[in-house]
Amino acid sequence: MGTAPAPVELERPEADEDVRPDKPWVTIVWNDPVNLMSYVTYVFQTVFGYSRAKAHKLMMDVHHKGRAVVSSGSREEMERDVSVLHTYGLWATLKHDE
Amino acid sequence: MTDGFRAVRGGVSIRLDRDEAAVLRSMAGLVLELVEPPEGGGDPLEALVGLSGAADAPDAPEDPVLARLLPDAYGGDREASGEFRRYTEGDLRRHKRENAEAVISGLSGLGPDGGELVLDTGDAHAWLKALNDVRLALGTRLGVEEDGGETRVRADGPADRAALSVYEWLGGVQETLVQALMAER
Repeated sequence: MGTAPAPVELERPEADEDVRPDKPWVTIVWNDPVNLMSYVTYVFQTVFGYSRAKAHKLMMDVHHKGRAVVSSGSREEMERDVSVLHTYGLWATLKHDE
Repeated sequence: MTDGFRAVRGGVSIRLDRDEAAVLRSMAGLVLELVEPPEGGGDPLEALVGLSGAADAPDAPEDPVLARLLPDAYGGDREASGEFRRYTEGDLRRHKRENAEAVISGLSGLGPDGGELVLDTGDAHAWLKALNDVRLALGTRLGVEEDGGETRVRADGPADRAALSVYEWLGGVQETLVQALMAER
């Protein structure tokens, strides 16, 4: 698929490294009773280029914990991520990670 | 009754009968109406450069359906959300409108009795987002809630039950579209 070239996922930090002092902004996706679990997984794969396994884990975190940090970076990068997630109808917000 | 989407070379396909096509068309029309720019949202130049023109940054829409389709970007920070909304809401509305239009235009390729529709991957993504917008609108209106894995709705009139059956049918159709697109990756 053109929108998600495979190498992109290698450039993304893994979930455990997401919150780093030099990357002070995070994008959070909140649980939502409408969005299908498979759809949320697919959106994470498509938007971030995450592997199926990582996308699935993040989706399960959203589902069970009510929210998950799905990306981190500069404020501008997180505003862009939130905008894209809103086009997919995901309930996403960004915040400064303190 | 449709079997939903399946993966085909270069995209996806779906067979729809006349009634199913009519439901999809009217639901896409509902999203189109919802995301229309607000009345009197006036200056064409301001619209062109993506500014609302309002002196104050706008709050989230009061209608819960619209607020779900066009959510705040900063949880708990009304000012930052308003500022973000001021620069991005027009694009988000336009994006959702184009997706709904892609559904309506795709359906117009069907004969009067329905038939098979083939979508390339780009159109399939537009459909995927538009179906999701319809489900968000219906689900929010119906008060869909999760309750220990079960889906419940607050609303319970005859019209609500009709809307709920459309909502559930669309969920099944959307699921087949996600699976078809995942198969394609």
